[in-house]
Amino acid sequence: MSDSTTMDQAKQPIISVKHLKQYFDINDGFFKSRPLKAVDDISFDINEGETLGLVGESGCGKTTAGRSLLHLYKPTAGEIYYRGKLIKTKADIAEFRKKATMVFQDPYSSLDPRMTVADIIGEPLDVHHMYSSKEERREKILTLMEHVGLNSEHAARYAHEFSGGQRQRVGIARSLAVDPDFIVCDEPVSALDVSIQAQVINMFDELQNKMNLTYLFIAHDLLVVRHISDRIAVMYLGHMVELGKAEDVYSRPLHPYTRALISAVPVPDPKVAKANKRIALTGEIPSPLDAPSGCPFRTRCKYATEQCAAEVPEFKEVETGRFCACHRLAEITD
Amino acid sequence: MDDFIPATESEKEYMVQMRPSTTFFKDGVKRLSKNKVASISFFVIIFITLAAIFVPMFWPYGYEQMLGTTPGRPADSSFNNLHPMEYSSTELQLMEQGEKVFPHLFGTDSQGRDYFIRVVYGTRISLAVGFFASIIVLVIGIVVGSISGYAGGVVDIILMRIVDIIYSLPDMLMVILLASVLRQTLDAALVGTPLEKIGSNIISLFIVFALLYWVSMARLIRGQILSLREQEYVLAAQTAGAKGSWIVKKHLIPNCISVIVISTALQIPSAIFTESYLSFLGLGVNAPMPSLGSLASDALNGLSSYPYRLVIPAIVISLIVLSLNLFGDGLRDAFDPKLNG
Ligand SMILES: Nc1ncnc2c1ncn2[C@@H]1O[C@H](COP(=O)(O)OP(=O)(O)O)[C@@H](O)[C@H]1O
Ligand code: SF4
Ligand SMILES: [Mg+2]
Repeated sequence: MSDSTTMDQAKQPIISVKHLKQYFDINDGFFKSRPLKAVDDISFDINEGETLGLVGESGCGKTTAGRSLLHLYKPTAGEIYYRGKLIKTKADIAEFRKKATMVFQDPYSSLDPRMTVADIIGEPLDVHHMYSSKEERREKILTLMEHVGLNSEHAARYAHEFSGGQRQRVGIARSLAVDPDFIVCDEPVSALDVSIQAQVINMFDELQNKMNLTYLFIAHDLLVVRHISDRIAVMYLGHMVELGKAEDVYSRPLHPYTRALISAVPVPDPKVAKANKRIALTGEIPSPLDAPSGCPFRTRCKYATEQCAAEVPEFKEVETGRFCACHRLAEITD
Repeated sequence: MDDFIPATESEKEYMVQMRPSTTFFKDGVKRLSKNKVASISFFVIIFITLAAIFVPMFWPYGYEQMLGTTPGRPADSSFNNLHPMEYSSTELQLMEQGEKVFPHLFGTDSQGRDYFIRVVYGTRISLAVGFFASIIVLVIGIVVGSISGYAGGVVDIILMRIVDIIYSLPDMLMVILLASVLRQTLDAALVGTPLEKIGSNIISLFIVFALLYWVSMARLIRGQILSLREQEYVLAAQTAGAKGSWIVKKHLIPNCISVIVISTALQIPSAIFTESYLSFLGLGVNAPMPSLGSLASDALNGLSSYPYRLVIPAIVISLIVLSLNLFGDGLRDAFDPKLNG
């Protein structure tokens, strides 16, 4: 790192994921186990200051990807780089923890019912000994609470006394405690009431500007990420199938799966809606325990050929900054 | 919407001064003190415990002192089997001479020992055995259970198989066998050590508890830890960089505290019962030393003439057990915020 120039640093992605695999051993009768390939060879970069939206159906491995890129699971294979530095040893991970945090999907189980709001938010500070006196700790916690719009009176209360939206604010304040520069937001609004989803998303936006944060923003709903993301990545069954600028992916999806997803998003303008041909996703998403050979999407893809069953399509750059994994990309025109 | 307005300086001040960071423990104690039944039980336990500790210090009679036998004089059988508040003929003579004689509140037993002090002393022994045995069980159970639950894998499998083996042993039989074997070996081993005074029987009782009774506690804790470990706040702590010991200490144990408290509250009376039946079989505390259990069993001999000798220790046992249980319930209610909206 020391020899790199400032120019390099400006261009260097904050997070690089290279061929990340995360398999879980699933017990299968006595002494037998087989791997559940929750994340199977994904690679992508996240640039400083951007929001990368990660979408895909429930169970496709988004959460797992987010967690193993934070080294919350030990990756089965692959590398994660933070500002060009490989995260590998325990010391690397410990250092990484001060820079990369997470907001969890479930605002209920992610807050310890035994702790007060102040102690929950202060936990990362406690773990890293990031204060020299009790007053400093309290001051830091109150500042964090202010950032996420929580009333300071709430500091001494227990999380179960709060609504989902307020609980999620507590979770966000906790993720900000160490003053990170990268946050994995794992479906942070999907458990919330629709009426406050926008509020919380706007808050993420404001915090990003104020604190110069980079997000990996996970959602199963394209509408949610479209608003906040600079780029969007689409996952299917542990694989990444498409990645590109948010507007591009949204207005001109390339991968058959993305096309189907986008066409399923309700469009407010009836003319546009009529012009869009709806591509129905038929069939069920296969279990990651017996994923199809070749292209993971082939069981539901109307363009599938023999080649799709035989070879895994490579996730490659098809246009500048646009990645897609499909054998028949050139032939699909409609 | 008011909830989302940023704090003003005065509000911060208010929070700092009015609610000095109440901990979970303080809140629990506050709730507990509002519970009448639990508070009364707590005072009963405290009263009995203090009495058991302090009464023997100033009571004029010793628990092993046979009042009718003074060295160098013929045995005075008038001291034996006195009814409550009765005096022996010797004492009556003394009183006629104007001397003050301390009354025998509960009478004396067949060997002329003051029964009140024996009950008090027996309570002391029973409480001590119950308390320390439960502490031993608790510590071993928590350590094994949380290691097993948190580490998982091979460690878990090995520990749980050991638990299964101990669990499947018939415990009455094991307790009796262990107690009698240990008594013999310990007797010889303890001579000359400070432990000799405590008595081989009590020590073997503790060992029996340490060896056998931790298993259900360990299982309980492991089950709790296993389910708590899946909670996202554990993952959140890991994201913050917390190590295993931090997570166990700050999240897992506090979250199974109610289970720990309830089972400890139940462990103490069960330990007292075990001690009682071992005493009844002659495997409990060493001979002159009384425990509530041995007092009750001794009383069986003269049951028709002196029923109070059975009734008194029985009432004390019931009182201890009942108040421990009620107090345990109160603790559970106070320390489980989910029940307290
Ligand atoms: N700890 C785990 N052990 C075993 N299987 C898991 C574990 N976590 C996730 N999975 C499996 O991995 C797949 C992907 O899960 P997840 O990453 O949670 O998906 P998503 O967040 O996209 O809904 C699912 O099939 C899920 O059952
Ligand atoms: S590789 Fe084949 S099966 Fe997979 S998306 Fe492309 S066309 Fe469909
Ligand atoms: Mg998920």
